[in-house]
Amino acid sequence: MNYENEEFFAPGHGMCAGCAAPIIVKWILKWAGPNTIVANATGCLEVATTAYPRTSWRVPWIHIAFENAAAAASGVEAATRAKGEKLNIIAFGGDGGTVDIGFQALSGMVERGHNVLYVLYDNEAYMNTGIQRSGSTPWGAWTTTSKVGSANPVGKLRPKKPIAMIIAAHNAPYVATANPAMFQDFKKKVQKALSTPGAKFLHVISSCTTGWRHDPSKTVEIMRLATDTGIFPLYEIENGDIENMRITYKPKKFKPVEEYLKPQGRFRHLLKNPEYVKKLQEDVDAWWARYGHHYHP
Amino acid sequence: MKAMIRGNESIAYAFKLARVQVVPAYPITPSTLVPEKISEFIANGEMKAEFVPVESEHSAISAAIGASARGVRVGTATASQGLALMHEVLFIASGMRLPIVMGIGNRALSAPINIWCDHQDSMSQRDTGWMQFYGENNQEGLDLGIMAFKIAEDKRVLLPAMVGLDAFVLTHTVEPVDMPEQSEVDDFLGEFKPNYVTLDPNKPATLGSFGFPEHYTEFRFAQWVAMEQAKKVIDEVFEEFEKKFGRKYRKVMPEHTEDADIIFVTMGSMSGTMREYIKKLRAQGKKVGMVKITVFRPFPKEELIEALQNAKVVAVVERNISMGFAGAVYGELAATFANKSKKPKFVDFIVGLGGRDITFNTLESVYKVAEKALTQDVDDVNWIDVNKEAVYKSEGLQ
Repeated sequence: MNYENEEFFAPGHGMCAGCAAPIIVKWILKWAGPNTIVANATGCLEVATTAYPRTSWRVPWIHIAFENAAAAASGVEAATRAKGEKLNIIAFGGDGGTVDIGFQALSGMVERGHNVLYVLYDNEAYMNTGIQRSGSTPWGAWTTTSKVGSANPVGKLRPKKPIAMIIAAHNAPYVATANPAMFQDFKKKVQKALSTPGAKFLHVISSCTTGWRHDPSKTVEIMRLATDTGIFPLYEIENGDIENMRITYKPKKFKPVEEYLKPQGRFRHLLKNPEYVKKLQEDVDAWWARYGHHYHP
Repeated sequence: MKAMIRGNESIAYAFKLARVQVVPAYPITPSTLVPEKISEFIANGEMKAEFVPVESEHSAISAAIGASARGVRVGTATASQGLALMHEVLFIASGMRLPIVMGIGNRALSAPINIWCDHQDSMSQRDTGWMQFYGENNQEGLDLGIMAFKIAEDKRVLLPAMVGLDAFVLTHTVEPVDMPEQSEVDDFLGEFKPNYVTLDPNKPATLGSFGFPEHYTEFRFAQWVAMEQAKKVIDEVFEEFEKKFGRKYRKVMPEHTEDADIIFVTMGSMSGTMREYIKKLRAQGKKVGMVKITVFRPFPKEELIEALQNAKVVAVVERNISMGFAGAVYGELAATFANKSKKPKFVDFIVGLGGRDITFNTLESVYKVAEKALTQDVDDVNWIDVNKEAVYKSEGLQ
């Protein structure tokens, strides 16, 4: 059945104007339909959508704590099996709850092969507590715990964890990166994930106007630039077969990384030094030199 | 039917007889045999349940919450560091009012790492909103394990429960038990039908939402009320169990207290040693008795006042310590009597930490101080069977 005209994520929540997370959640729920249970890690999405006694969730929803959405989903799934029922179980976590504090629970869930779709909405820092760096913050980003100053003109000094690759290395049946700005690709991947049995993982880029410091009207534009510059490539990996990953979108002509950096306050300092921009461009070029041949139109 | 089982098996059999549907668990000494036994029951087709071999205790209790919220009966087991790792999630299980039952192999906490018995692990979780039961032997482990579900699932309660059994002394010791028939337990517990809001796509609900100051206190007070209600429900379930299975349980079990000047308060397996020691003292004409605490949460204030009020000295013998104050049981008992005009003198004894044996010699050391307390002031906290000289020396005090 097609539920695209129904809303399972109700308006009236407290997410910021221009936040990409509600776009991601709203559409995933439409594609999943009402026969769905959601487990949510602590984070903006949880806090801003469930202020008791109100809720934005028109499907059953559970939140336990920060680091255990994958474990909560594992329990929901085990009980669903015990009851002999079939439904979509979806876990939503931000990058803190997924690549850092919730990493162990996620790894366990994937290794055990629970029939759960885990969705990481990656806004690349601990935004709920006020823009602190995470393992998913990219090199060179300013955050409130990777501050920029005379002794550290760069900001975050370490690169982003390749979480999709890491989860794929668990031999998960389906892992993909997705971008809500690349809507048809996003939809295809969600539907494919939902129809694949076992533990699926979607790494979805999710702009945060507050933390990335951009105009709220530019959300989709900036997320599209993330992929059109090659910074956030879109690919899928089945059954851990990283050698045969499939890049699902390749810009006809890559845009220079500056175009992605320019509208975001978190990167403002990088633009003052051409070396930094060059480094980022080289990183992107290196990724595509290594993996680009996996694009098969 | 008689069966020869270890304490851990009493928990596993309680889960099997209760027809637990999901068991998420992580192995830890000394409770590892519980998930092993569940895995065996399932492999043999004796038990129809989903075993979730999670990657940590934190995930064990998190998965237990997810499963319980989905509306099935859930059991798990852990001990010591595993229970400590669960700490933050324990509050959430009780706050979400889910009737999960957890077996605890009561074990010491690091450092130094130690796998043997004391009660520090579950005593340190006494504020997490879980009911706490402590068994003296494997029969009690089995019976309390079964009863815990009935109490936890009562509509008036809906709180999770821990059943503690002493590490090795019980968890690994084979004892004969009366094993109830499946039909009897089915009849006693009834079919599991969740009487709380579950995760059901036919009736969507939001569980674990964000509570602002204008609601949070009411949620907490509701837990307080449920814990107060549990006192009555526990009595009812104990009585029903006694009628059906012939074994008597009470929140506190007084023995020889009527004329006693000195009453020892005990928990867990040390109660058996204490019972024998009291026989010996009674044979010498000493007026001594004991009170075994089976239910520590909710704390049975009324029953303890009733049992202890006429004693001259109450000697609290306990296997835990709150550094900088006293043992937990002592503190709670003293507070229970705080507003009573008639009260005994309370003396605390810290014994049996990290598996140090509690012998007649231990209890004799306790008794000597308690007897002295009849006529003069003594220290409020007394560490027994400890090489104090060595410690003072290493701390530079001598």
